[in-house]
Amino acid sequence: MNTNEILQIVLFFGLGIALTPLLGRFMFKVFTGEKTFLHPVLLPIEKLVYKLTGINPGEEMSWVKYLWAGVIMTTVGFASLMVLLMTQKWLPYNPQGLDNLSWHLAFNTAWSFTCNADWQSYTGETTMSYFSQTLGLSVHQFLSGAGGIAVLVAIGRALKRASVKTIGNFWVDLTRGTLYLVIPLSVLWAIPLMWQGVPQTWQPYVTANLVEPYTAQVPKVDDKGNPVTTSVPKTDDKGQPVKGADGKPVMVDQPVMVDQKVETQLIPIGPVASFESCKQIFTNGGGWYGVNSAHPLENPTPLSDFWEMLAIIVVPMAQVYMFGLLIGNKKHAWCLFAVMLALYVGSFGVAWWAESQPNPVVHNISPLLEGKEQRFGVMNSVLWGVSCTAIDNGSVNSMHDSWMPLAGLMPMWNILIGEIMFGGVGCGVYCMLFHVLIAVFLAGLMIGRTPEYLGKKLGAWEATWAVIGVLGPNAACLIPAAFSCVLPAGLSSLTNAGPHGFSEILYAFGEAANNNGSAFAGLNANVPWYDVTLGLAIIIGRFAPIAAALAIAGRMAAKKTVEASPGTLPLYGWTFGLTLTGVIIIVAALTFFPALCLGPIVEHGLMLSGRVF
Amino acid sequence: MSTKVEFKYSELFVQALIDSFKKLHPRDQIKNPVMFVVWVGSIWTTLFLFGAGQCNLFNVQICLWLWFTCLFANFAEAMAEGRGKAHADELRKMRTKTMARKLVGGQEVSVSSSELKINDRVVCVAGDLIPADGEIVEGIATVDESAITGESAPVIRESGGDRSAVTGGTKVTSDRIVIRVTAEEGNSFLDRMISMIEGARRQKTPNEIALNIVLVSLTVLFIIVVFTLPPFAHYNEAAAGQKDVVLTSAPVLLALIVCLIPTTIGGLLSAIGIAGIDRLMRRNVLATSGRAVEAAGDVDVLLLDKTGTITLGNRMATDFLPAPGIKIEDLAAAAQLASLADETPEGRSIVVLAKEKYGLRERELKAPLATFVPFTAQTRMSGVDLAAMDGQPAREIRKGADASVRAWVEGQAGLYLKEVVDAVEKISRSGGTPLVVAEGPIVLGVIQLKDVVKGGIKERFAQLRKMGVRTVMITGDNPLTAAAIAAEAGVDDFIAQATPEDKLGRIRQEQEGGKLIAMIGDGTNDAPALAQADVGVAMNTGTQAAREAGNMLDLDSNPTKLIEVVEIGKQLLMTRGALTTFSIANDVSKYFAILPAMFGLLYATTAGGHGPLDKLNVMYLHSPQSAILSAVIFNALIIVALIPLALRGVKYRPLGAAVILRQNMLIYGVGGIIMPFIFIKLIDVLLVAVHLAP
Repeated sequence: MNTNEILQIVLFFGLGIALTPLLGRFMFKVFTGEKTFLHPVLLPIEKLVYKLTGINPGEEMSWVKYLWAGVIMTTVGFASLMVLLMTQKWLPYNPQGLDNLSWHLAFNTAWSFTCNADWQSYTGETTMSYFSQTLGLSVHQFLSGAGGIAVLVAIGRALKRASVKTIGNFWVDLTRGTLYLVIPLSVLWAIPLMWQGVPQTWQPYVTANLVEPYTAQVPKVDDKGNPVTTSVPKTDDKGQPVKGADGKPVMVDQPVMVDQKVETQLIPIGPVASFESCKQIFTNGGGWYGVNSAHPLENPTPLSDFWEMLAIIVVPMAQVYMFGLLIGNKKHAWCLFAVMLALYVGSFGVAWWAESQPNPVVHNISPLLEGKEQRFGVMNSVLWGVSCTAIDNGSVNSMHDSWMPLAGLMPMWNILIGEIMFGGVGCGVYCMLFHVLIAVFLAGLMIGRTPEYLGKKLGAWEATWAVIGVLGPNAACLIPAAFSCVLPAGLSSLTNAGPHGFSEILYAFGEAANNNGSAFAGLNANVPWYDVTLGLAIIIGRFAPIAAALAIAGRMAAKKTVEASPGTLPLYGWTFGLTLTGVIIIVAALTFFPALCLGPIVEHGLMLSGRVF
Repeated sequence: MSTKVEFKYSELFVQALIDSFKKLHPRDQIKNPVMFVVWVGSIWTTLFLFGAGQCNLFNVQICLWLWFTCLFANFAEAMAEGRGKAHADELRKMRTKTMARKLVGGQEVSVSSSELKINDRVVCVAGDLIPADGEIVEGIATVDESAITGESAPVIRESGGDRSAVTGGTKVTSDRIVIRVTAEEGNSFLDRMISMIEGARRQKTPNEIALNIVLVSLTVLFIIVVFTLPPFAHYNEAAAGQKDVVLTSAPVLLALIVCLIPTTIGGLLSAIGIAGIDRLMRRNVLATSGRAVEAAGDVDVLLLDKTGTITLGNRMATDFLPAPGIKIEDLAAAAQLASLADETPEGRSIVVLAKEKYGLRERELKAPLATFVPFTAQTRMSGVDLAAMDGQPAREIRKGADASVRAWVEGQAGLYLKEVVDAVEKISRSGGTPLVVAEGPIVLGVIQLKDVVKGGIKERFAQLRKMGVRTVMITGDNPLTAAAIAAEAGVDDFIAQATPEDKLGRIRQEQEGGKLIAMIGDGTNDAPALAQADVGVAMNTGTQAAREAGNMLDLDSNPTKLIEVVEIGKQLLMTRGALTTFSIANDVSKYFAILPAMFGLLYATTAGGHGPLDKLNVMYLHSPQSAILSAVIFNALIIVALIPLALRGVKYRPLGAAVILRQNMLIYGVGGIIMPFIFIKLIDVLLVAVHLAP
């Protein structure tokens, strides 16, 4: 911990908080149709969009209709994206001639990007054509982000309404979100990235001559491209030959390696900057390159790192303020903001502390830089890792799997808790809402009233949907993870043994079920089992909360609003804030503590005693 | 009766014990999903014991304690039900057949009470049991209603007005009355009381349903958590190269599930609801449904009748204000004369005030020297006409409302002085009622009658305000008087010169704004408002119409009770919330007991040594077996330990919402996390000491 790091942290959070009311009010104005400085330019386009698509902006939707609109958008997006990915070889803008995707990878990727998860079972630069990256993936990064905000806007609006059956128009919210928010912010954020050296081009990949050519050992292949192997005696852990039942040594196949001199390197480029800004701002996180923002062209400098990290928090922070304006209760919104920030900063503190501890396994060297980028260092790697998991973003600038066990526990905890520390665009607040409703349910009863939230009584309907919103993602994480621990299809993808391997599985399903998209690294997920199960977990993780949130919104809009009295539970202040924090931590801890014990926690204990796998 | 009948606790206890076994029937268990899971778990472990042949001490104990958990929850419910059942049984005994004197063509015919039809007329004289519910159409009588209300002093029932209803099974102690039967057998008030007592606990209230959903989802969540644990554990076991070091046998997993799912609140939830209705019953209030009790806790506005609730009920003379030129003694004397025959409390108070202040003794006045003029609704005056005697001229004295006396005086060409008008206004403004006294055309002065506000009621309303409950006073007084009393009593609002339509209108208007309204009423004209209110408490002395319109019935007919009803409702909800929080908070400690027990040997480097997860055993529990048993035993015993709290309810103090929340969170939230650590450790020590666990 030094002054420079402290300054960066203060600047990071300070800027985020300072921008919150500004951007939050702007977002509020956009979604309520108030005039902003962008309206002179964009209003004609907005009107044109309605005209071309035949949307009647005055039409109001019930919650079911609103949900259907969201489902239709995502499903159509999924289908078209899957087709696009499976046919990219024959489509334009494929200078590298990259092949079509397998059905399972296309299935996984299409759901992942249309649901704002952006989990990647592939490496972008060797898998995706420019066409797929931009018209396929990038479009859905825009739309899924705007879709998430639309749902949040509908809920905020519904909570303010009384005795009304409708909650707004999905297509209008989506159009406004895309036009006034997603596109302008993406453009704004891309420019400094280009200045810092992030490529923005449609040219093919470039080949560079290495300054220092080297020799690598590569597996030998025959004419048909099949690896050549040779038979050698099998050895055990201690290097002794293993003998079979008949006393003869057991033989195994081993690939034949040959030397290869490497003199050139193929450098993948493309329209990265525009892709990158949208990826960061709207909590998508799916990188252009396989190693995401650890790649020197996706995130070249400390300055670009700071700018990209700031992009992670601005909209999620501002959306809380916007929510407060929509419900007409800023005090409550700031209370939610404070709870989110406290959990977020707390998580960062633990992770940074754990990552600064000496590791006895590697002779207590410090700082620990394996899996990190030299240009970012420990603090910025940890801050990014915690931010992108607290905020449903999922991009990485270091490999979480290389972190110390307890430090790696924090991103996992952030994800499993439901990504409510500002969370994804839209979903961060509406997922928080489920916890708020549960907290209000308990706290409301404890003050001797049937629970009410913002003047609306909570009944069986709200209770049901709130728990579906929480239970859905949790079940979608634990159940397939359990199967993956048993089935050979699940176990064969592990590249690490011991509790670390289990952490990889838990992390993968946790992020899918919570639509994060970040990877612990180390799990070879591009196999049918993981592609499909993770894809399904992503769908549940996207739609269980959305359906729950909209169902609650629909019922809330229809209810009468009761004015607050001294007997109503105050939705702000220390008491409520701590109650809410307690509910969040206890529900998540009770759900995941046993699993975490068997992953990072036991690994930490083993590491202290010097055992690794 | 509830106050009179002494329940034999030993009998209740024994009956509850028997019932807790009867309730093991799946038909009863399925009603409570959380406890149903425990029940299934108990059966599963029992089958496992015999099926898998693993009948060791540990497994047998787990199995027994799971069954105990079921039984304890059943016992809690049975205990709560016991009192109500006993009450209903007592009432049933009263429904014996009596003979009735039915009036047929003016003749009394003796028939069985069961043969009475609606609109039959029956005669009751002193000593008779009233054969059926009805309305007095003729006569006045004192009736002993202690069988229903527990109040031993007989009450007066008379024809006409709001005190005409009588209840079958009560006893006439004086006089003779003729009753029109209003309910046939099987439909009587007693029947209704019995069905109220029994039926109120049958249906789940909306909040209970919602809470149940939360509890069931937590249960589902924990089942998922526990059943995904063996694959995770066995993966690690294989990775560690170990065999059979993690405890994932069926009894252990089921014990973990039972410990985690909210059994404490699940087991006590129905007991809490029943106990709420029972607490009302002990205050002599019957609720038609648990829903009404729940709504009482939620009430935002109380509509209270001024008379009897806010004020002592009767206006008392407090001052004489003479007109200019009139001596105060003369006014007092005239006022006393005019009131001698006035038997209303107001009239009596005038006589008493004149006596106390001016030493004027009561005089015997008899016809034909004196003719009393009674109060009528038309004249709105009363008084006396004195014949000329002892050399004094004949006198006509009247006292009455401002406007009526003025009309009377001016009708005789008298002057109504400005000073009198001022005095009248002054009294009105201060919340009093002015009675103007006049003799012939001369106005003597004004008597000030004042409502006396009950002691302590202002503080009560202040407490209610803190709880977020607004009070609205309903009165027939004029707005000036009403405002003054409202200010003195500290109510938030008032409706002056209220008509039944005003009450109904106010209730509708408040409900439009999403508010919940409680009111108490007795008259026929209250019935629509009682029916419209969310909590309508009818007084037992009230009319049949009122008694049927409300969703609660106050056997004591005490209007102040409404405040207690609200408090009981709040207590009920608070108890639910507190025990739910407690139940969930308890889980933290159980993880620290059971997880190290299950996984303590994982990744151990030496045979029999401990692995890293043994460090989670922060309580230093003796062995895996004793740890798991301690958690299960704690989980079962806490249900029994909390039965008194569930029946009594969490203590309610009228404080602001944030303060109550903070206190309860500290006790049941933070306390709920810490407390089990201590008790699980104690149980562990005990188990090892008596060799029930290694």
